[in-house]
Amino acid sequence: MEKELLTVSIYTENFVGLLNRITTIFTKRHVNIESITASKSEIENVHRYTIVVRESETLIKKIVKVLEKQIDVIGAFYHSEDQTIYQEISLYKVNVENVNNSKFKEIITTNHAKIVAVEKEFVVIEKSGTKEETDKLYNELNPFGLMQFVRSGRVVITKQKMKISEILNNNKNN
Amino acid sequence: MEVQTQTKPKSSIKKTIRITGAEALIKCLLAEGIDLIYGYPGGAIMPIYDKLYKYQDQLNHVLTRHEQGATHAAQGFARVTGKTGVVFATSGPGATNLVTGIADALIDSTPLVCITGQVASHLLGTDAFQETDIISISTPVTKWNYQVTKSSEIPKVIAKAFYIANSGRPGPVLIDITKDAQFGELDFVYEKCKAIRSYTPVPEMDINKVKAAAELINNAKKPFIVMGQGVILGQAEKELKALIKKTGIPIASTALGLSGLETDHPLFVGMVGMHGHYAPNIKTNECDVLIAIGMRFDDRVTGDLKRYAKQARIIHFEIDPAEVDKNVKTDVAVLGDVKVTLKALLPFVNETSHIQWHQEFKDLYELEYEVVIKDQLNPKKSGLTMGEVIEAINKYTKGEAVIVSDVGQHQMFACRYAKFTRTRSKITSGGLGTMGFALPAAIGAKMGVPDREVIAIIGDGGYQMTIQELGTIFQTKIPVKIVVLNNSFLGMVRQWQEMFFDRRYASTKMVNPDFVKIAEGYDIKAKRVDKREDLQAAIQEMVQSKEAYFLEVVIEKEDNVFPMIPTGASVSEVRLE
Ligand SMILES: Cc1ncc(C[n+]2csc(CCOP(=O)(O)OP(=O)(O)O)c2C)c(N)n1
Repeated sequence: MEKELLTVSIYTENFVGLLNRITTIFTKRHVNIESITASKSEIENVHRYTIVVRESETLIKKIVKVLEKQIDVIGAFYHSEDQTIYQEISLYKVNVENVNNSKFKEIITTNHAKIVAVEKEFVVIEKSGTKEETDKLYNELNPFGLMQFVRSGRVVITKQKMKISEILNNNKNN
Repeated sequence: MEVQTQTKPKSSIKKTIRITGAEALIKCLLAEGIDLIYGYPGGAIMPIYDKLYKYQDQLNHVLTRHEQGATHAAQGFARVTGKTGVVFATSGPGATNLVTGIADALIDSTPLVCITGQVASHLLGTDAFQETDIISISTPVTKWNYQVTKSSEIPKVIAKAFYIANSGRPGPVLIDITKDAQFGELDFVYEKCKAIRSYTPVPEMDINKVKAAAELINNAKKPFIVMGQGVILGQAEKELKALIKKTGIPIASTALGLSGLETDHPLFVGMVGMHGHYAPNIKTNECDVLIAIGMRFDDRVTGDLKRYAKQARIIHFEIDPAEVDKNVKTDVAVLGDVKVTLKALLPFVNETSHIQWHQEFKDLYELEYEVVIKDQLNPKKSGLTMGEVIEAINKYTKGEAVIVSDVGQHQMFACRYAKFTRTRSKITSGGLGTMGFALPAAIGAKMGVPDREVIAIIGDGGYQMTIQELGTIFQTKIPVKIVVLNNSFLGMVRQWQEMFFDRRYASTKMVNPDFVKIAEGYDIKAKRVDKREDLQAAIQEMVQSKEAYFLEVVIEKEDNVFPMIPTGASVSEVRLE
């Protein structure tokens, strides 16, 4: 089975230790996690993990069922690239000496990036977008002396409904 | 007091009492109907043991000789009764000693609630004396685990623990309680847990799937059922029997499903898998519809998956959605409680008989009998065989006993040759294959069903992994029967060395102590048999004994279990010799 980039969304209770339970389900099967983010969700007291993996759909389907089976997991889903709208945020730390260069300013504007901090020795630039977009900016800023670079995991909105409230209500009425 | 109750409105608010976390835990157990605990004390759980002392008239705590023994005893108890087994252990080494039993319980779907003491919460993360992160350690082997750091959490968490352990597909739960949470006080009130919003224990049955399954079954020329422990866990023995009675479909069992249907049922064709019977393995690759009921297509059952039942349509009755399509792709998956789904199926299946097809199983059995079984039961060699020992046990127990086996050759002989007339009678470590399981599990089983005969069948290797539990038998006077089949080898590994490693017997030869003397040291009646002519009398004496009894039977050293599906081979390549 061919490997593809897939996003796994997991809605959970907010308990300590759950992250470990979730990640071991991937690592036990030798699935490398490309990125992982955790945040609150649209429902109060419900957490959401977004995990991006490069794996075959067959294996991820099985993993999602095992995730679902965990007591404190409310629901788990996976989505292919075209079923998601996503962003990653990148931060670039650049030496302040190079900033007054007109080429530099042009790069910031054409890439729709932002300067979010100016310090004595450096500036910090922020860019949200796809991996390709933040990579492009990386390549263009590199000649100016990148002091640090960091990129977040994906944050993802899915086109498909995930019906978490329904699951919660169903189990309550048991 | 009277005045108070008069002025209080009649509301549903339950009265609370102010007690410590430790006492609250004991009261939770009592509220759950628990009267038996297996465990071992230590510093971090002492407040709980102190309260146990106060409630000793209501709660029987069995002091095993090792925490692993406590888990297996609780498993044995749970497997014969269907009730939840409870285990206590202290922090650090006490907790880590539970891990093997917990892993065993998870893979064999056994309901356990394990309570571990933990260092005080202000010491967490400081590498304090006997601090281990048992939550992280036990995460991959528990159905659920949770660390309690506040006394007030105890009632809710324990209620959840019992609900989770024994609902849906059962499994082990570990609750770690810090020492300060045991000492601290709370306003106690107990309410059983009836639902958890993030947890669906039993998936809803889809009647269309039931009908689709019935249609496949009705059109099948060569249908074949493989039952697993799910039938026993789901208490669906009657429903299963009604199904085979109506359809006449030949049925085999996995190792853990054994005794869910009586061995001498006319449609029962034996065990599937690596050392299962010849016919059901061969016929797996000849049937046209394979109906899997409460089993999980373990690799010891399927052999090479790429060549497993490829010709057949597959129907899977299962409670755990994660098992569906995990190893074998199904045509129809009927999710739900197997007692409910089988009952729903019955009116949709036609009354059929498959005499010709069933006859094919019988013919293959005859072949297996000639090549394998005959020689086991009536050996030409002078040395005793494991098969004839089990057969003698059948004779004197009339198949009424609970047989608890360990792991190895003797386990497979017990699965293949023991006869069962009642459900929940074959207890063994299936998924994990834990040597050392049987002795403590037999103790727990006997405590669960004191009116039944419980016989542990153990190899000389596995016996010495938990032999210290003879001390538990000595102290409790629990009348379990122990049969050690001594072949002076780690027999199963030796068999593989013989077959696949050119007889290079690396570290499988056992130099054993005098087992009879050891048993006698614990005041257990003991006997050793090494001649065929003494076997029957010894087994009879053991079965008739009202007390615990130890019987060592000296077995032919280099005997092998057959049939066998070598690793990586297909079920149809099962070897008779
Ligand atoms: C805890 C543990 N360690 C190792 C093994 C691997 N193993 C499987 S069967 C076996 C041999 C068992 O020997 P014995 O208890 O004498 O039983 P026999 O096979 O001779 O009947 C071993 C070592 C195991 N299953 N469990």
